[in-house]
Amino acid sequence: MNLAYRDIKHNLLRFTLTNFGLSLLLGIVIMITGVYGGLIDDALRQARAARADLWVVQADTKGPFAESSRIPGDTRELVSRVYGVERAGAVTYQSVQAELNGAPHRLFLIGYQLGRPGGPSKIVAGREILRSHYEIVVDRRAGLALGQEIPLGTRGHKFTVVGLMQNEVTSAGDPVAYITLRDAQRLQFEVAPPSTRREQARGGALQTNDQINAVIARVSPHVPANEVATALSRWKHLTALTQAQQETMLSMVVIERARKQQMLIMVLLVIVSAVIIALIIYTMTMDKVRSIATLKFIGAPDRTIVGLIIQQALSLGIVSYLAGMALVFIFRPYFPRRLVFDPESVAVVFIITVVMCLAASILGIRLALKVDPAEALATSG
Amino acid sequence: MAGEGRQAVVSVEHVSKYFGVGAARVDALIDINLDVYPGQVVGLMGPSGSGKTTLLNCIACISQPSSGRLTLDGEVVYDDRWLKADLRRLRLDKIGFIFQYPNLLPFLDATDNVAVVLRLAGLGSAASLSRAVELLEYLEVGHRRHALPKQLSGGEAQRVAIARALANRPRIILADEPTAPLDSQRARIVMDLLRRIAIDQNAAIICVTHDEMILDRFDHIYRLRDGRLDIEAPAGPRLEPAAR
Ligand SMILES: Nc1ncnc2c1ncn2[C@@H]1O[C@H](COP(=O)(O)OP(=O)(O)O)[C@@H](O)[C@H]1O
Ligand SMILES: [Mg+2]
Repeated sequence: MNLAYRDIKHNLLRFTLTNFGLSLLLGIVIMITGVYGGLIDDALRQARAARADLWVVQADTKGPFAESSRIPGDTRELVSRVYGVERAGAVTYQSVQAELNGAPHRLFLIGYQLGRPGGPSKIVAGREILRSHYEIVVDRRAGLALGQEIPLGTRGHKFTVVGLMQNEVTSAGDPVAYITLRDAQRLQFEVAPPSTRREQARGGALQTNDQINAVIARVSPHVPANEVATALSRWKHLTALTQAQQETMLSMVVIERARKQQMLIMVLLVIVSAVIIALIIYTMTMDKVRSIATLKFIGAPDRTIVGLIIQQALSLGIVSYLAGMALVFIFRPYFPRRLVFDPESVAVVFIITVVMCLAASILGIRLALKVDPAEALATSG
Repeated sequence: MAGEGRQAVVSVEHVSKYFGVGAARVDALIDINLDVYPGQVVGLMGPSGSGKTTLLNCIACISQPSSGRLTLDGEVVYDDRWLKADLRRLRLDKIGFIFQYPNLLPFLDATDNVAVVLRLAGLGSAASLSRAVELLEYLEVGHRRHALPKQLSGGEAQRVAIARALANRPRIILADEPTAPLDSQRARIVMDLLRRIAIDQNAAIICVTHDEMILDRFDHIYRLRDGRLDIEAPAGPRLEPAAR
């Protein structure tokens, strides 16, 4: 006979209501984990979508996402001639503001070389870019339809939407769009500061229009990527990062700030939940003082009584956790941000919940252990 | 029934108990001497505040006497200090307690309220349940075994509480005004039951009461006055007094 279970069953309505309230709180904690998971996933998405083995960027930068990187357009030829590199593609990255369907939208624009690494990884509707100019593949989040024409850049060239992608957004939530490298370079030139443009137009300066942000390299499976990276870094103006380095760097650097904010909210929520659980457990114990006194009187050991309280605290926590999880999954499609759950963070929240419940029981346990068995004799009953 | 050659189940010798110190000191029990023999049912009477509950608590090893000697079932448990380490276990095995209010656990049904003490004593689940049902039947509340305490009448609840007190076959049964919430007819039934139990289980029963109507149910009646105990001749012709 399990006393904790029997008591819960006896007060089922209260237990259910309490759990409902607590599951909302824990649901928010779980949701924030999901938002955080989504942020990491988004931040890594572009780096992952490129399916690169190596990123060749400007020397001493953490490009192309965490820091800006500019390298000459002919770097790709240089890279592709290095031993071990199977394929290489030049890419540019820029954020643009565009009038889409009459409202301003930010797009994260990726320029790539047709047929080379760096293009869209998955197209859910339409097709890839085939013509070298004025075609665009864009994420569904931009709200554009296939065949729609959108003006980009100061000269307002119309780009035709030929393909749509799904879940290709930046960590800021901006939809990603792909255009050809040439188009991208032209746009970049157009939006460059007037002084630079004047300089470049005069043809006087060293800088040319032919600049890229990175080269994506795919390495032969028979050659270690590290070795190729070392070889590439011999050029003084280049740095080569492996995909693993790139991902670590992005999750560390790019979302460091976001993580701090969320950790703060998370810690606050956990404290609030712990206080609430502690109060619930405490009142549940208060209500049972007479039963506890009776149990002690008839000879129940302290371990029975501590067990009763801990089991109730844990069932409260675990049931609320599962209910919170269910709520999050039910409402996930309606949530404005993408929620990504990796098993590790889900487990961490679970462990936090369990620890929280154990900590919260302390108050109730102290009360229960202080109950004088003689209280069972008190005449008011 | 109780004879000279028999050993007392409960033996209280020169037990005193006070609360507080200095000016605030209350002498709740003063030099109490009391022996209860197997099969005896003794009554404890006295005005409110005279020390009845305090005396029961000392015998039940719930509160510690200030001085004196307490022997339970042949074992000295207190002699100016506790001599037994595990009073809880002692209570579980040797003492059955019937409270003024049934004090059943509200979240357990009648059977489990009885079975819980058997489980605490280490009896298996099935054995506990069958003994609990057996006890409930012995107390004529077997038909109510699945009822929760709030669904039981006062008399039924008190019988379940008595069944619980009897569960571990204690040699000592202490009752603090067990008949207070019952009408006089039911009170009489409960008292007859206690008497039967005392004989069946060869137990000693000490019962606090205010009820003058049931005085004929006791072998002895002790009166407490301001913490001092007087013995009073037992009432009722059918009871033979225990030799002392
Ligand atoms: N825990 C306690 N602390 C201080 N005084 C107490 C305590 N318990 C009982 N007393 C005092 O001891 C005396 C006897 O009380 P009690 O045994 O409860 O009497 P009864 O049960 O006969 O009404 C009373 O004066 C009471 O105030
Ligand atoms: Mg009393």
